[in-house]
Amino acid sequence: MRCLRKHFSRKYLREEVLPTPFCPGCFNGVVMNAMFKAFEELGVERLKGYVFVSGIGCSSWIPSPHIKADTIHTLHGRAVAVATGVKLAKPNLNVIVIGGDGDLAAIGFNHLVHAARRNMDLLVILVNNLVYGMTRGQASPTTPEGMRTVTTPYGAYEPVMDVAELIARTNANYVARWCVANFNQLKNSIKEALSKHSRGFRFIEVIAPCITYVVRYEGKTPGQKIKELMKVCRSNTETPYGRIGILKAENKPGYLDRYFEYVRKATEGGKGE
Amino acid sequence: MRVEFLSGNEAVAKAALDAGLKFYAGYPITPSSEIMHYLARELPKNGGMFIQSEDELAAINMVVGAALAGVKSMTATSGPGFSLMQEGLGYAVMVEAPIVIVNVMRAGPGTGQATKAAQGDVMQARWGRHGDQVVVVLAPSSPQEAYDLTVKAFEIAWGLRVPVVVLSDEFVGHGREVVEMPDKVKEPEPGWGSEDYSKPPFGSDDPRKPPPLPPLGEGYDLLITGSTHDEWGYRDVHSFETHFKLVKRLKEKVLGNIEKVFMYEYFGDDEADILIVAYGSMSRPARTAVRRLQAVGFSVGLLRLKTLWPMNYDALRSYVKDARVVIVPELNLGQVVYDVRIVASNDTVVVPINKVGGGVPIYACEIVEKAQKVWGEVLEEALQP
Ligand SMILES: Cc1ncc(C[n+]2csc(CCOP(=O)(O)OP(=O)(O)O)c2C)c(N)n1
Ligand code: SF4
Ligand SMILES: [Mg+2]
Repeated sequence: MRCLRKHFSRKYLREEVLPTPFCPGCFNGVVMNAMFKAFEELGVERLKGYVFVSGIGCSSWIPSPHIKADTIHTLHGRAVAVATGVKLAKPNLNVIVIGGDGDLAAIGFNHLVHAARRNMDLLVILVNNLVYGMTRGQASPTTPEGMRTVTTPYGAYEPVMDVAELIARTNANYVARWCVANFNQLKNSIKEALSKHSRGFRFIEVIAPCITYVVRYEGKTPGQKIKELMKVCRSNTETPYGRIGILKAENKPGYLDRYFEYVRKATEGGKGE
Repeated sequence: MRVEFLSGNEAVAKAALDAGLKFYAGYPITPSSEIMHYLARELPKNGGMFIQSEDELAAINMVVGAALAGVKSMTATSGPGFSLMQEGLGYAVMVEAPIVIVNVMRAGPGTGQATKAAQGDVMQARWGRHGDQVVVVLAPSSPQEAYDLTVKAFEIAWGLRVPVVVLSDEFVGHGREVVEMPDKVKEPEPGWGSEDYSKPPFGSDDPRKPPPLPPLGEGYDLLITGSTHDEWGYRDVHSFETHFKLVKRLKEKVLGNIEKVFMYEYFGDDEADILIVAYGSMSRPARTAVRRLQAVGFSVGLLRLKTLWPMNYDALRSYVKDARVVIVPELNLGQVVYDVRIVASNDTVVVPINKVGGGVPIYACEIVEKAQKVWGEVLEEALQP
């Protein structure tokens, strides 16, 4: 049909790999869309100069292989470390990490929290689907207490890790948390993190409950879940997923600013030690 | 020519800088830390990046990221840190990241003896990862060779797009000797200088030729994954063909270039009756033993392996076949001796000498005594009616 225009996001996608392998209704698509909308509104036509780094998990498949840009699909948990290497090797590249709660908050948390402490010049998007989606729905550090999963068949009993609040307590420049229902706020946060707050560590957590292992288990449809999240997730409110909104927005010098300052000292000072 | 009095660890660091190192990530650990200290001082002043990572998992993965971005990068560690790096090393094999990892061996397992020399990580360096793969392992025996082989490590890593392990040890790392260095080292080039970015970045018709590594950020839309992938990087985690073709190519890429990566030195009598096979620091007492045995009339030689993996079994066999007795001194409970056993015939007497711990080397006199004793037994047996 000639009257149908191609969806704007197609220009950011490797069309040959579509459709995505995600379960029908998966919120990964919403996160992807918000990101692409942000690029569109920022006037980015082609993602040259952007490098997307991800680990292992459903959310790690958002960039790899879908995004038409340089993409590095790394080991489980190591995306932030690889991204750090890329950024330091080529400081003029824009490096974006996308990963899951297992990837970034469990096996890879050490890298995440240290990159935040260093105010490393990276944007990290955590797709918190509350479980390990890829490996069939085991509990993660963000699984709400009481939730039944294959590894907590009688209800999760470990207290939840509030990743965004933890990262906000570090030296990171920008921290926000949105639900997939907060589409515009999420998109605006991504825009901010790529423009107004484009240096240092930027962290955006997205609450995007896994359709297959959370939402369906609750007997809900994706549509019902979105409606529920719309009611719950209002800016600056406490929710069962933690505080929603922009938790921190600063513009301190990033890691590279400080490193180059250090280099200046080293070259002027001479000897070192 | 520059001449300096350097420890093996300093020589590694200097060689890396000379070979164009621009990125170092590492986590402190004895007995490798001097490499890090040296680079912490020098890299920032030389337009490079130095970062003390939060752990060794971070170090190796940062180094992989930097290498994929097209920058010469390296990390150095010892025993426990090397164990932590194994998954990352396997990932580097799969994405064909040209990285250099230095492991200054100490006594293990566990924390073992942090300050004491050992050679117990040979098998780990070769086989420490899951899955089929080949990495290159080089073993320097002196500060001079620590310099030379580190330069070589960068050449091989970038030439073949394969991780190279420099397997040093505490004696080499902390030993201090005069090191001669050329005024300028030619910076190793990707693919030995023949990169064609229109070709697929993860495939090659000739398995001996590594695919090109286009730089990030230049619009090549590189698709890099540690999962099984086709020649353009598209993930294929189902088909037999894609996986088999990939892992076979990764192996053949290195084995097909064995003449470029396998290095050794022979010292002593031609077709010697007694052959000593040694590497790293323990090839030094072995050399002394050869001289002493020659002085008392033995026909003896030393095959000193500079490359420990991949092993050129044909080359090894060509030396072992002439010997009646092969002595393999190692600062471990026996690792490279297995290679000798693979190529030795039934009539060859293979004699391991194993010691490890306390920073105690294998002394030349121990090798001499062992050689004389075993040779005596061989003669006695031959004279039996
Ligand atoms: C070292 C290692 N351990 C375990 C796994 C298995 N694994 C793959 S994905 C995954 C969890 C993914 O969960 P998450 O990061 O939350 O991503 P999601 O699929 O939920 O988006 C695990 C445990 C692995 N690939 N590597
Ligand atoms: S398992 Fe969950 S997170 Fe993974 S694709 Fe399916 S719905 Fe999405
Ligand atoms: Mg998850």
